[in-house]
Amino acid sequence: MSKESFWRRAINLYYDGFRQMTLGRTLWLIIGIKLFVIFVILKIFFFPDFIGQNAEKGKEAEFVAGELSKRTDPPPALPVREGDNTCQE
Amino acid sequence: MNLLSIDPAAIDWARAQFALTAIYHWLFVPLTLGVGLIMAIIETKYYRTGDAFWRRAAQFWQRLFGINFAMGVATGIILEFEFGTNWSNYSWFVGDIFGAPLAIEGIVAFFMESTFVAVMYFGWEKVSRGFHLASTWLTWLGATISAWWILVANSWMQYPVGCEFNPDTMRNEMTSFLDVALSPFAIDKFCHTVISSWIVGAVFVVAVSAWYLLKKREAERALALKSLRIGAIVGLIAAVLAGATGHKSAQTVAAVQPMKLAAMEALYDGGNAQGLKIIEGIEVPYALSFMATNDFNGFVPGINDILKGYTREDGTVEPSAQEKRERGQMAITALENYRRLKADEKTFADQDPDGYITAAKEKQLAILKENMPYFGYGYIKDEAELVPPVAVNFWAFRVMVGFGGLFILFFAYILFLNWRKKDISSMKWLLWLSIILVPCAYICSESGWLVAEFGRQPWTIQDMLPVAASVSDIGSGAVATTFWLFLALFTTMLAVEINIMLKQIKKGDPLLTPPQGGE
Repeated sequence: MSKESFWRRAINLYYDGFRQMTLGRTLWLIIGIKLFVIFVILKIFFFPDFIGQNAEKGKEAEFVAGELSKRTDPPPALPVREGDNTCQE
Repeated sequence: MNLLSIDPAAIDWARAQFALTAIYHWLFVPLTLGVGLIMAIIETKYYRTGDAFWRRAAQFWQRLFGINFAMGVATGIILEFEFGTNWSNYSWFVGDIFGAPLAIEGIVAFFMESTFVAVMYFGWEKVSRGFHLASTWLTWLGATISAWWILVANSWMQYPVGCEFNPDTMRNEMTSFLDVALSPFAIDKFCHTVISSWIVGAVFVVAVSAWYLLKKREAERALALKSLRIGAIVGLIAAVLAGATGHKSAQTVAAVQPMKLAAMEALYDGGNAQGLKIIEGIEVPYALSFMATNDFNGFVPGINDILKGYTREDGTVEPSAQEKRERGQMAITALENYRRLKADEKTFADQDPDGYITAAKEKQLAILKENMPYFGYGYIKDEAELVPPVAVNFWAFRVMVGFGGLFILFFAYILFLNWRKKDISSMKWLLWLSIILVPCAYICSESGWLVAEFGRQPWTIQDMLPVAASVSDIGSGAVATTFWLFLALFTTMLAVEINIMLKQIKKGDPLLTPPQGGE
């Protein structure tokens, strides 16, 4: 089988298949509506990139470190001198 | 909860939204995996016999498969949106690891499923019988491989392996792809989850067949009887295998998430030779020890043992919750100190010729690495937070196992009647039971996920990051709004699917003729 005939057959498979769909038309319509709702409405209006919006470009690690630091109780200690490490038991 | 600046309601709404989306998504996945297997088996019968009946039977089940497939496609994408918005700390912290299997899943799902689904639906007159059969099996295999990668990602949250935390980037980085992809937790979870999905598909096929027999639909009678038998065979094999893989999963959970197992059993004070509770007050002696350790006398720690710390049978000591919290706090403090010293190192490079800052930074890094296995415990304020919701775990586990046992009996009974050549079509109670079991199969399947996910609480990533630290500092109002929006959207979509599915089942296939060998 030549390469051209393969691609022609492949295109015909999809072309004829889509043309002859019955139930498939309804399903594709639903898929289309669903993808529109998911990617256009939900993604753009309801699901922003939280870190992208709140952290400076290139400072995302600092932002997350700050966010995690806020969740501790008490907050982490300040840097210490040698032999004065509050981390050590 | 340990929340100094986070709106507690935001955590609850974010969890509720994620649970809603995941539960909804999981309505479609098991049916795709289960019906996919059965339609491929039926088409294999066509390939082997050349009987047009099997071809039309395969096409009939492929239509129902297609409806479910179309309704379920892309519903999982919403979970990924939620990661970026509601769970941004989590996403950043582990995105490099968690993202890899999700990306592979996306590529596999798109290329493999979209190619072979097209051949399966459009190719009946265009390709050879063998190529078409291969496409049908590959459609099912593509869906199964997709499930594999999603379950790998989930398993990593339950049992984080193959990674190392980089304090400079605040990310966990993958050190071994194979450790992540082939972790024992992932293998057990995949086997148990996929095989139990076959049960959902088998129950669905048996129920649809039973409905045709109840309605005395002559055109579909042969389809119903043949499909019912194949569904029952697949269902029985799957139900037995689900029991075996469930046993293996329980052992893995006992080894890496003992608190989850203790919550599943409402076991507060453990010990050797533990019995398995049927319900509170009634138990099977030694069964829990056997389930967890493969030894009737094996040691199973209870919730209090885990909180106080205990010694395993191999002599290793599991630290107490208090010690883990202290070590977690040391890790968090060391991380903070490391990052400050690193900034100082750059700022005061000219004023620190002896390298004091660098040495101090390295020391903090060593402390961080030593205590990193308990990092998440540093965010836990009260030890009670470490206990998952016991009642949910206890009952969800019993619902799952109870229905699993019922399905073994149900499918075995159908096959027994079939073997004795009894007329199943006249047994109305059995046909109605078959239909009633469809929602039960879904409840069973979802209960498995409830055990897996409630049992992991309070962690998003076991021992590494609790939910309170994972969630974004986002207002609860925004998350609540999208929760209700999703509820409305998902309910509508589900109603549409059920409507289309029922119409297609009622339509049936009036052109079906009995197989060459008779019913």
